[in-house]
Amino acid sequence: MYAEPRFLPCGDSALSVEFGDAIDEAVNARVLSLDRKLNSQSIEGIIEAVPTYRSLLIHYDPFVTTFANLKRELIPYLGKLDLSRIDTNRAWSVPVVYGGECGIDLENLAAWNNLTTSEVIARHSKVAYRVCMIGFMPGFAYLGGLDPSLATPRRKQPRPDAPKGTISIGGEQTALQSVVGPSGWHWIGRTPLDVYAPDRNPMCLLDPGDIVRFYPISIEAWQSESERCAAMIRDAVQ
Amino acid sequence: MSRLIITAPGIASIQDIGRFGLQRYGVAPAGAMDAGSLRRANTLVGCPVGTPAIEIGPLPVSIEVAGPPIRFALSGAPRTLSIDGESVPLDQTHVIRDAQRMKIGSARGGMFSYLCFEGGLHCELQHGSNSLDERAGFGSPLRRRLQAADVLEVPAATAWHSERSAASPSAGPARQDVIRVILGPQEDYFYPETIDRFLTTTWRTALSSNRMCYSLDGPLLAHAKGYNIVSDGTVKGSVQVAGSGQPLVLLADRGTVGGYPKIATLASIDMDRFVQIPPGGEVRFKAISVGEAQALLRTSGARDSIALREASRLPGINPAALASANLAGLATNALDPAAFD
Repeated sequence: MYAEPRFLPCGDSALSVEFGDAIDEAVNARVLSLDRKLNSQSIEGIIEAVPTYRSLLIHYDPFVTTFANLKRELIPYLGKLDLSRIDTNRAWSVPVVYGGECGIDLENLAAWNNLTTSEVIARHSKVAYRVCMIGFMPGFAYLGGLDPSLATPRRKQPRPDAPKGTISIGGEQTALQSVVGPSGWHWIGRTPLDVYAPDRNPMCLLDPGDIVRFYPISIEAWQSESERCAAMIRDAVQ
Repeated sequence: MSRLIITAPGIASIQDIGRFGLQRYGVAPAGAMDAGSLRRANTLVGCPVGTPAIEIGPLPVSIEVAGPPIRFALSGAPRTLSIDGESVPLDQTHVIRDAQRMKIGSARGGMFSYLCFEGGLHCELQHGSNSLDERAGFGSPLRRRLQAADVLEVPAATAWHSERSAASPSAGPARQDVIRVILGPQEDYFYPETIDRFLTTTWRTALSSNRMCYSLDGPLLAHAKGYNIVSDGTVKGSVQVAGSGQPLVLLADRGTVGGYPKIATLASIDMDRFVQIPPGGEVRFKAISVGEAQALLRTSGARDSIALREASRLPGINPAALASANLAGLATNALDPAAFD
């Protein structure tokens, strides 16, 4: 974590308030806290803010404000960030079919880490992960808290079409992929939970600060778990 | 309502000014690549500047009309435009009638054009925008690019005293152009010599240029501290340097976060010219400060309405036809078709 946050221009229509350069819960807490603070204020010229692991990207209208003005207006908020309320108090139990066709890289990842596939599944499904950010693709959730013994360097060549619901590991991170899209990470499993649906309100089930726990299911249980998830979503949305 | 029947779709989609507020959920804004040309064509047809248009990529498009006459304007990349084989100018309103066919040629030295209609295309807002975002599942009236035989609805043209054209021509595509950038946000991930190299090289845009990203061909840029950063947010115009050392300029359909260091960001004032650089086109970059970029933008008139002029009086009154139709001298039947050109 930096002693003082950095204000970085991202062109002439956005700035990044950067709190650190590592994946660190304390850094992410500051990002989310500033994001919540700004959501409850109305600072002229701000279009939208995008919380990420270690920085808050603020898009603004350069015809309404300037980098220098906005920086001046933001500084007072940094001194009074409330870090106690960044968790959303929402926890999700997410079923996962590990390995096989649903997780084609499970065996390689286990071998690379000198573990059995059962050990990988046990270690991956025992953690209460925190959603650190949503991004890259619609609804794609980056989760913090991966057991370091499962960290595996990303693939040299990304593959084009990771299926919707893919659970993957890339470096020290694990993620829940929401829509079909390219991925350079290792695909270890798949969930029937629809975390993203454009016509649903909310379209994106997970928010930064949510807790996610995975539990292993068999491929035979896919259909019944899928129905259980749909029911869970109906309850959550009501 | 009148109908547009897409007979050759090229690479086209409905785009407006973009969908904002959802980047925190990983949904990129999408929207017109060249927002200036969208404003221009909308202004010509009398619509608010952000009204949805058909964004037409480099390939040819043809469209047939079924129903009452409609009024349109096409702005953006240089290319041919014709109605039933008769060539008509860009940056001007035209009326096209039932069963007539509009043909839009390939872009010549540009990428994108905007086809705007008087009264606007018939579509419904999704989170404040009609722009197509295929991955996120948004787009109205279609959640995909245009295909042959698609039908779009457009209101019938109203009676105008005259057609309109833009008072000054558009800036045109960039040729061996200098595009201004603001360094960062991760310029400290590069050696000063690498930044110099980025700014002194004449780059070529790769053939793969698309709405997501334009890759730049040229020397590979070395990273000073490795090529992995903790993923952070991206903007339209972020210049990421990939692990291979190749610079990639992220655009309207980009991923909302990225894990490669960003050496620089395009200045908004030059964004429209940059996206019009065709594949293989040359480009150089010049660094300016964020303060300079914002001052330039504010004095550029980039958001002023464009000046219009009367393009032609339609229907024009033909004095000879008037005289021959009017044996009694003053009692011309003004509705007689013979009185018009």
